[in-house]
Amino acid sequence: MTIKKFMMVNRKAPYGTVYALESLEVVLIAAAFEQDVSLAFLDDGVYQLKKGHQTKGVEMKAFEKTYGALEDYDVTKLYVDQESLAGRGLTADDLCVPVEIMSRADLGKRMEEQDVLLSF
Amino acid sequence: MKFAILINEGPYTHQASDSAYQFAKAVLAKGHEIFRIFFYHDGVNNATRLTTPPQDDRNIVNRWSKLAEEHKLDMVVCVAAAQRRGIVDEGEAKRNGKDATNLAPGFRISGLGQLIEAGIQADRMVTFGD
Amino acid sequence: MLNIVNKSPLDRGSLDSCLQSAEPGAILLIEDGVYAATRGSAGEARLKAAAGKFKLFALGPDMEARGIADRAMDGVTLIDYAGFVDLVAEYNTCQSWL
Repeated sequence: MTIKKFMMVNRKAPYGTVYALESLEVVLIAAAFEQDVSLAFLDDGVYQLKKGHQTKGVEMKAFEKTYGALEDYDVTKLYVDQESLAGRGLTADDLCVPVEIMSRADLGKRMEEQDVLLSF
Repeated sequence: MKFAILINEGPYTHQASDSAYQFAKAVLAKGHEIFRIFFYHDGVNNATRLTTPPQDDRNIVNRWSKLAEEHKLDMVVCVAAAQRRGIVDEGEAKRNGKDATNLAPGFRISGLGQLIEAGIQADRMVTFGD
Repeated sequence: MLNIVNKSPLDRGSLDSCLQSAEPGAILLIEDGVYAATRGSAGEARLKAAAGKFKLFALGPDMEARGIADRAMDGVTLIDYAGFVDLVAEYNTCQSWL
């Protein structure tokens, strides 16, 4: 099978809209198709990775665990924009999974290398 | 050239499906091929045949069905997104014990693998959303 | 890469994120994104500053629908849906900054 470079670009916060959750579902399927998958988190998308989601009060499905499970699907390229983190008072210690933190310009370079970019 | 189109928003609220429709028509008019149109998130609401807009408004759902018929388009609605939002074909109705179906002609319900396959097979993938 | 922006720059940060992150290429403004390309708006200055890095396009039908086609700033090329298709074909990839 052809292997293409797929990048899921996450720029939206979780729970307020469904995009983060449904984007994760695409990631898992792309991994099942053995594609070269990476995830980019910038702007409010970095909030998706903030650890400690407690969704009992809002009665919505929590999906923080899924980010931790990505490694089992060989999805290990998680890129996070440094500026977006800093602008939200977050550091790598606040995130629920290990990620590669980089500048916006470097993230842009990674985007340029992709075959397919899916934004949710 | 082979195009794939991803639509992430429902009709009428967002312009996304209107833009996607105009884009799809232009792709075909230019002699390109549309490998697949995939409906995800609220985009699955483009596929309900129960849509009844006022007479002086466009019928977005019928417009998709007609385009699909004229050009033999493969229009796929994500099954998980469709189940969440109540878009049902006969197979889904039987499987989930529902008493009605509402999938418009020209659409089919299938998995997210169809989106990834479109990304692999098409030369270009264009996303329309919010 | 072709970057597609569909949000007003005064409502959301999509255009700014695109301008700050994307490698040199093209930007196509569609839907509410076209407001960025109007003379005298806050978007105009940002686009002018980025004009060396990106080829700038806006979807004419979306500008017309919003009554701003006659306010299009210099340096932005207005195209129709056929031109949209040509742009997508011309660049290896495209990204919608949703």
